[in-house]
This record gives sequence, structure tokens and C-alpha cells, in this order.
Amino acid sequence: MTAPLLRVQGLGKRYRLPRERLLGPAPVIEALCDVGFELLPGRSLGIVGESGSGKSTLARLVMALEAPSSGKVWLDGQDLHALPPARLRRARATMQMVFQDPYGSLDPRRTVQQTVAEPLALLQGAGVAEQRERCTQALEEVGLGPADAAKYPHEFSGGQRQRIAIARALITRPRLIVADEPVSALDVSVRAQVLNLMQDLQDRHGLSYLFISHDLSVIDLVCDDVVVLQHGRIVESGPADRLFREPQHPYTRRLIEAVPGQRLGNG
Amino acid sequence: MSLLSVTDLHVTLHTPRGPLPALRGVGFSVDRGQAVGLIGESGCGKSLTALAIMGLLPDGAALRGSIRLGGQELGALDEATLCRVRGRRIGMVFQEPMTALNPLHTVGRQIAESLRLHRGLSAAQARAESLRLLERVQLPQAARRLDAYPHQLSGGQRQRVVIAIALACGPELLIADEPTTALDVTTQREVLDLIGELVDADRMGLLLISHDLGVMADRVQRMLVMYAGSVVEAGPTAQVFRRMAHPYTQGLFAARPRLGLARGTRLATIPGRVPDLARLPAGCAFAPRCPLAQAGCREAAPAAVAVEADHQAACWRVDEQAAAVRAARGAA
Repeated sequence: MTAPLLRVQGLGKRYRLPRERLLGPAPVIEALCDVGFELLPGRSLGIVGESGSGKSTLARLVMALEAPSSGKVWLDGQDLHALPPARLRRARATMQMVFQDPYGSLDPRRTVQQTVAEPLALLQGAGVAEQRERCTQALEEVGLGPADAAKYPHEFSGGQRQRIAIARALITRPRLIVADEPVSALDVSVRAQVLNLMQDLQDRHGLSYLFISHDLSVIDLVCDDVVVLQHGRIVESGPADRLFREPQHPYTRRLIEAVPGQRLGNG
Repeated sequence: MSLLSVTDLHVTLHTPRGPLPALRGVGFSVDRGQAVGLIGESGCGKSLTALAIMGLLPDGAALRGSIRLGGQELGALDEATLCRVRGRRIGMVFQEPMTALNPLHTVGRQIAESLRLHRGLSAAQARAESLRLLERVQLPQAARRLDAYPHQLSGGQRQRVVIAIALACGPELLIADEPTTALDVTTQREVLDLIGELVDADRMGLLLISHDLGVMADRVQRMLVMYAGSVVEAGPTAQVFRRMAHPYTQGLFAARPRLGLARGTRLATIPGRVPDLARLPAGCAFAPRCPLAQAGCREAAPAAVAVEADHQAACWRVDEQAAAVRAARGAA
């Protein structure tokens, strides 16, 4: 049996809210509670749920951007939140993140070359020549040319910016990509191009995706397994085929029924 | 007579790079009690069409053509008269409820503003009417929410407030520009249900702008597909989906991820990208991306031709495609 690339167990996160009364205890919100799953190499796991269900909190904990209140995250057998800083930095090379907003996630004052090569430069102090070469490779992977490296983000459309963000994620040759609503801000035809690209990259490099989206049809297309979150808890999980065809939990059913345009069928 | 009729609308924007032909001959009409949808990708002119109807075009924009609301020509009105029309007869729901609302004012004050301005209500009357409107848009705990600030509400609740403001003066026409793009699927459904109920109850005309074909299929009786500032296909929604006469409509439909596709399926894509309006190709604007384009398509822009009764498409090859459809049906 293949060892999972990512294993999450009993993961929980509580946030303290501002005090309501001077002497009273500060109220606590439980953003995530007892979440567990496994993700095998080369597979994709979809996380669905409405705003406030804990999807993005989960992404931040998996990326070790925040510490959990309880539970553990293992990446490739290493307990991420117990690693000393230097080893965590090295572990970060194997996981990268792609965000929703291709306008907000790229620094407008830096060239594409600087943005794409940054994770590499931070990591092991790769030489300038190597950075340049890997950047060209990464841009080529996402369908951009070497001439694009010298340009600035404003010279690109939304879809191309998301390609740049993906190139930046690819440059450290990660095994896991956490994609938080990567196509939600894109137009229909551009969304199709980016989804196809993400699937091609997965086939080529054996990447695993932790794919967060509120769009169930996107999740159904790219994910092998799905976890449904409501109020920070898993209400249902399983293979995408079964979960979308025979949803068990009423909340899952409600999400599926709300998808617009089902009468259009598959034409 | 239609409630709204837009005829041969041209809008040219003035930009540092020169004039930009952003709308090129848009025409359609909306009747009372009818829901009409505008669909297309970013930059195709959907929102600009809405802004032109509202008289909210950016400075220096030049408008040509006609926009008539209940027989009154809006293009010819001075700003003061237009402001009255805008406030009283047209209501608008914007995409981002957080930016459409003023974060510094309470919900009640924002609804009361147009009631006092356009209907001349006193402060007390406006507050009572605001409460009635919040109840009408089914905002839970409406009485308490009158004094709430936008940040204290969820996205769906904020959008209900925006709808209440749009309804404040009992408009004849409601324009909703991507009203649910920022919302979750379940909230999206509730908000679209609400808009549909209100439109039916008051027999308003609805112009619904969306980039989601699924929303169109569920919510509007008639739809217009826009590309590069023109309407490329228009007709009754069911008929447009059945025939999809324009290659762009076909491309949008095929590129749509939908439930039930096998894992790993690659979606059909439309090659290339939306053209730069400043450098539109000669002939059909879609030709460079069109799988059916022939030499003739690149020479002259196609006019809208009838596909079926009440259904038009602006494509040189509609007739040939229709022949192919007939042949396929005959063979089947």
C-alpha cells in the first residue's frame, strides 16, 4: 500500500474573539474541529463547504502558516507542526499554495521572473543562473514564454496571472499543491484552460492537489475524493463519484441541489 | 410597448490609449414581468450596458442610439431628470454588496436615503418603510437589523439589503449585475429565488447579468449572449440552449464544468482570448477564435440573422449550420 503524502488527524483550530464584557471570558470560536483525512501521491482531494465552514483555515494549517489548537498534519511522514524551523523551511519546498485572486496574489511592483523565482531564492539560495533557468522551465510548463519573465503582472489577463501563480508554485518542484478557489475568479473559457492545465501538470509530475472550492462541478471534475465541511466539522467524505451521485448527509444534498443549471445536462 | 427598449446602442469610452468602441450596436427589449439575461465573459460589455441604461457611464463616454423606458427616451434627459428616473423607475443590484453599501452608515439609514430623496418621506415614515422593505426581502430579525452596520451582516444578508434599497421606490425595471457571484451556492439560490419572487409580485422587468450559463438556464425567459461589445445571439432561453446557433455560445457551453463529468476529463476550451477592443479584428470579432471561421468571416462583420422565430444570431455560417442540424435530425 502506498504511504499517504498528506495525513491530517484530529485537526482543530479555535480562535479567541474580542471580549464582550470587561471581566467576562473572551468568547472562543471553533473554526475547525476534529478533521482527519489522507491524501495519496498523485491524487486530488476536494474540500467543499460554504463560507465560514473552515475550508481556508484548513488550508492554512496544512501549509503550516498557522499552528493548530489540536491534532496533527503529517507531510511525507513528517509531523509538520513539530518540525524545527530549519526543517520546516525545507519541508515547505514540497508544498505550495495557489490562491483565488490572481489580481491580489501577485506583487505589482515585481517582474514575473522575481515573483516566480522567489520561493526558490528563499529556499536554498539557488544561484541566479539556476533561478533563471528554472523560472523559464516553470513558465513553459504553464504555457508562457521566456519573454514573459521580464514583464509585470498588469500586462497579463486574469487567466495568465493564474498561470504565473501556478508557475511560482511549481518552481520548487512540490509534491503537494494546496489550491484555494484557484478558478473562482476566472471567466468560463479561461477557467476551462486553467483546469485542464492543472490536470495536465498532475499527470506529468504526479502532483497531489488539496483543492478547495465552493463550486461542486469543479470539484467533481478534478478530485478523486471529497470532504464536505460544515461549521468546521466533516459531515461527509468519500470518493467523488459516490458522494455526488448518492449523497448521504442532508447538507451535502442541499449543496448539490443548489448547483444552478442542472437541467442543462451535459449537452 | 416594451418596458425597456434599447436600440442600436453604441458606447465609446475615452481612454489614454484613444477611443474604445465598448458597445457596438446593442439592441434588445424587456417587457413587464419578463426576465431577460445578459451573458458573456469579462469585458464583453454586460455591465456597461447596465450602466448606460442607468445613465452612469464614466466621464467622457459617448453614447449613440436609443434607450427608452416606458416610451421615454433616457439618452436625451438632463442629469436632474435622469436622477429622478434612476431613483424611482429603475432599481439596481450590484455584484459586491460590501462595496455597494456604505460601511459607515446603518442599514436603515441607507434604505431611508432614497425614500426621503425620491419619495419625500419624513424620517419616521422612512424608517417604518425601511423596516417593511427589510421584511419584504426576508431579512431575519429585520427590526433589529435596521440599526446594524453592513459589516455585522453576512454576504447573503447584505445582498438582501441591497435589494431592499433597489426596491425602495417601487421601480418598474430591476437590473441585477452578477448579484450572486460573491455568494455561496445555497445563498445564491435563495437570493435568486427572492429576486424572482419580487419581480413576479410587482410585475417588474428584470435584466439579469451573469457569466453563469446555469443561472441563465434557471432564471430567465430570454437571453442575450454578448461578445466584444455586441449581442451575438439572442432568443428564448430554452431555444438558445437547444440550438446554440453561434459558435461562441457553443464554446461557452462546452467549456463549462458540470456535475457528473468523469474525473480527469479535459474541458473543451475556446482558443485564444477576448480581443482588445482598441484593436478589433476586421470582420467578425469572434473569427480569430472560431472553429468554423472561413476567409469571408474575416472580411465583413455578420449582421444578426433569424435562426428561428424570435431567435437571432450574428454569424455568417448560421444557415449552413441550420442545414447540418436539419440533416442530422432527418437522419436520426
